[in-house]
Amino acid sequence: MADAQPMVPPLAIPQEREGTRPFVQVMHDWIVTVDHKRLGLMYFSYGIVALVVGGIEASIMRAQLAFANNHLVSPEVFNRLFTMHGTTMIFFAAMPIVFGFANYLVPLMIGARDMAFPRLNAWGFWMSALGGVILYFSFVGGFGLYGAGSAPDVGWFAYAPLTSPAFSVGHSTDYWIVGLLISGFGSIATGLNIMTTILCMRCPGMKLGRMPLFVWMNTVMAGLVLVAIGPLTAAQLMLLIDRYLGGHFFDTQAGGSAVIWMHFFWIFGHPEVYILVLPAFAVVSEVIPVFSRKPIFGYNIMVAATVSIGFISLGVWAHHMFTVGMTSYANAFFVASTAAIAVPTGIKIFNWVGTMWGGKIIFKTPMLFCIAFLCQFLIAGLTGIMLAAAPFDWQLGNSYFVIAHFHYVILGGIVFGVFAGAYYWFPKVTGRMMSETLGKWHFWLFLIGFHMTFDFMHIPGLLGMPRRIYTYEASRGWETWNLIVSIGVIFQALGVLVWVFNVIRSYFKGKIAGSDPWDAWTLEWSTSSPPPDYNYAELPVIRSRRPLWDLKHPEDPDWKYE
Amino acid sequence: MQQVVGSNGAMHLRSTNCEIRNLTPCRLSSRASRVLLAISVAAHAPAILASTGGPSSTPSIFNPASTPAAEIHRLSLFVIAICLAIFLVVFSLIVYSTIKFRKKADDNQEPPQIYGSNQVELAWTVIPILIVVVLFLAAARVIHAVEDAQFPPNTIEVTATGHQFWWEFQYPASAQIRCPGRSDSTSPCITTANELHVPVGAPTHIVLLSADTDHSFWVPQLAGKIDLIPNRRNEMWIEPHDVGHYVGQCAQYCGTQHAKMLLNVMVDTPEDFQKWVQQQEAPAMVSDQVAAGRKVFETNACMNCHTIGTIAQGRFGPDLTHLMSRTTIAAGAAPNTQENLTLWVKTPDAIKPGCLMPAMQLDDQDVTALVAYLMSLH
Repeated sequence: MADAQPMVPPLAIPQEREGTRPFVQVMHDWIVTVDHKRLGLMYFSYGIVALVVGGIEASIMRAQLAFANNHLVSPEVFNRLFTMHGTTMIFFAAMPIVFGFANYLVPLMIGARDMAFPRLNAWGFWMSALGGVILYFSFVGGFGLYGAGSAPDVGWFAYAPLTSPAFSVGHSTDYWIVGLLISGFGSIATGLNIMTTILCMRCPGMKLGRMPLFVWMNTVMAGLVLVAIGPLTAAQLMLLIDRYLGGHFFDTQAGGSAVIWMHFFWIFGHPEVYILVLPAFAVVSEVIPVFSRKPIFGYNIMVAATVSIGFISLGVWAHHMFTVGMTSYANAFFVASTAAIAVPTGIKIFNWVGTMWGGKIIFKTPMLFCIAFLCQFLIAGLTGIMLAAAPFDWQLGNSYFVIAHFHYVILGGIVFGVFAGAYYWFPKVTGRMMSETLGKWHFWLFLIGFHMTFDFMHIPGLLGMPRRIYTYEASRGWETWNLIVSIGVIFQALGVLVWVFNVIRSYFKGKIAGSDPWDAWTLEWSTSSPPPDYNYAELPVIRSRRPLWDLKHPEDPDWKYE
Repeated sequence: MQQVVGSNGAMHLRSTNCEIRNLTPCRLSSRASRVLLAISVAAHAPAILASTGGPSSTPSIFNPASTPAAEIHRLSLFVIAICLAIFLVVFSLIVYSTIKFRKKADDNQEPPQIYGSNQVELAWTVIPILIVVVLFLAAARVIHAVEDAQFPPNTIEVTATGHQFWWEFQYPASAQIRCPGRSDSTSPCITTANELHVPVGAPTHIVLLSADTDHSFWVPQLAGKIDLIPNRRNEMWIEPHDVGHYVGQCAQYCGTQHAKMLLNVMVDTPEDFQKWVQQQEAPAMVSDQVAAGRKVFETNACMNCHTIGTIAQGRFGPDLTHLMSRTTIAAGAAPNTQENLTLWVKTPDAIKPGCLMPAMQLDDQDVTALVAYLMSLH
């Protein structure tokens, strides 16, 4: 690959490796930092720690369910595990990871020196961190049902009236409410910050129509954060009022409505899916073009599809509620809106394939994860279509089919996208390359484990196995499938271990990357690796969507065609 | 069974499966269903495996035995067929492009830079829209057929009330349940728990209520699930075609023992159903042989929660008036045998940890007497 000239040479101050300074000072620097890159890394690392914790919780559940009538954990513990697993993965693994990507990369990609509100950025991170600490403090601090410890056990969507004082004594549910409430404030702050940064901090020449798709998708993500977190926050405040101030919003014994909670929760919950998956789309939209050596196919329609996904996702929430007894008209409406979201999503998949079509595909680890992402997200979308047909959902809703479906979205889509992004930008962040050999071990182990677990998880759902049961009878014909599903977890765990090992090893011993190891086209590759504190000594000026292409190919620049 | 991939073989396996289960051969009407039999076989494999060791009870959604479940089954095969077709097309495109457009080792030229194509993009916008419209119409038809159904006069009425962690079924007087000797027409004629009896070939209309938290009524072979939500009245219906014993369970997380809130639906012949109705309408058995056990029941907290005929009127736990007409106890958690009843009375947590029935700390003599009394309640 031709080595690119940086657009503006970064001031040549080699970044000191932090090992040379006293530990306390390094810690102090990280804790008080308002630098978007450091906060991005902190968000990302925080999310990875939560991912491992949530993964351990999932592994215990799979060990329990591997055999019929198993007695590894009690029902009380199992109920805590799935509540904590779901809450952890959504709010403290996936959200911080996507915020980490946005924080680190958006300012670099739009040629800015930091986020619009650096101190708000730090505040948002620390609020999220505090929320997670409060949630996990419940293991020691919450006084729950007798003999059962303490962590919340109401499920991650905490349906009323199970959360009312009558059914949830002690404080376990309060830890859930307060932990999410606080991290929600942090999320709103970060969403606002990302949005403002993108709208106000773009470098000269970067019109909205020239932003990398990564930035576009994070714009819509940030917009959804601003719209969607509010209803959850409101519902949680109402629940606190119910629990401590004698309110009756969700108190069915006093005329309150359990269904209102569902509406509040899912009006947050469904856009949340897109809050998480749009950043994965964002990664894929950067990686596929670079490793296919072609620009993204149909930039304009990709932007239009992203924006329309943002809007449509606000009108589909009640497909989580097809079984609560809505009228046939309401059910039909949500079938239509849910199926409609398949159109822009399909356009995206077609455009990614269109980008690969006619390219010269390089099978480096980030690209492998993206190709797996494409296939898996395709399947996740198609099982989503099945679930969108309300009568089919009357059978599949709350069964293991749904669990398989949304893990296909979250693992097969989001986590594969996150791994692709981690391999792709690791050289930029650390200045060193990750090992390709270990990367391929990671990829194949994780791929095999993922498919063992989540392909076979659809089947017990079709055979009538509901979610959230701590055990099942042998006579139901579910045990073979559950055993395969549980064995897959081992491969996934091995894959993640290889990745962690690869990260640590490459950080110290990886090949020096240089500023542009992938011969890429977006602005972040024009500054040094790792970028200096100020990102760009002089703000870059751009003329097209691929400024580095223009620089590398002055005879055939993109701006001639836009 | 894995070797059988042809549709004939699959059909054979299916009907074998049905015969084991005492059902008439499954109806497979549409062409789409033939195309997708391979999927059904995959889904049925465990049912067939399990059937070698005894009566199979896999509640597969691909083995419907009642009108709403069969409607949903037909729709599901149609939707799966469309999704499978889309999958094959797009997956082939992905595989083709990864194989065809690999970078050769010695090739350092950039490929032609293509930015898009309006025609192609228009095509893959319009075609998905058309598919979505078709899917919507197909789903809307079934939504209407199931949710807006009209009921004939011979419909059985049942009220199902969800409790942590068991089901209460109440039958008011109706065309098929005459309810002799009951002057008060508002109170239910029959009250039972955990095992729903319905006649074959007639619709049963089920009103769904909850006494505490959310639950969901799901017997996959009979109908899709509908939630039981406190302070809300939901409805569903079934119209079983085949006599049999259908299993299901609570499908909305309702607390500690959500997993052992099982459902058993007995679809009886009309004659058997009438016999069952008469048995349930009879007053509670009174026998002097078990007077000691009855005294234990009456002098302990048992009667605060359980109903037995006119002896006790508790409402928190299942009605025990005709306890021995049920095949299981503790909402399907254990077979209804003397050993299990004894264990259940002594230490409910041994069968269903976290259930709301307390251990009454009775001595062995009292437990023996009480179980003897319970076992007289036919």
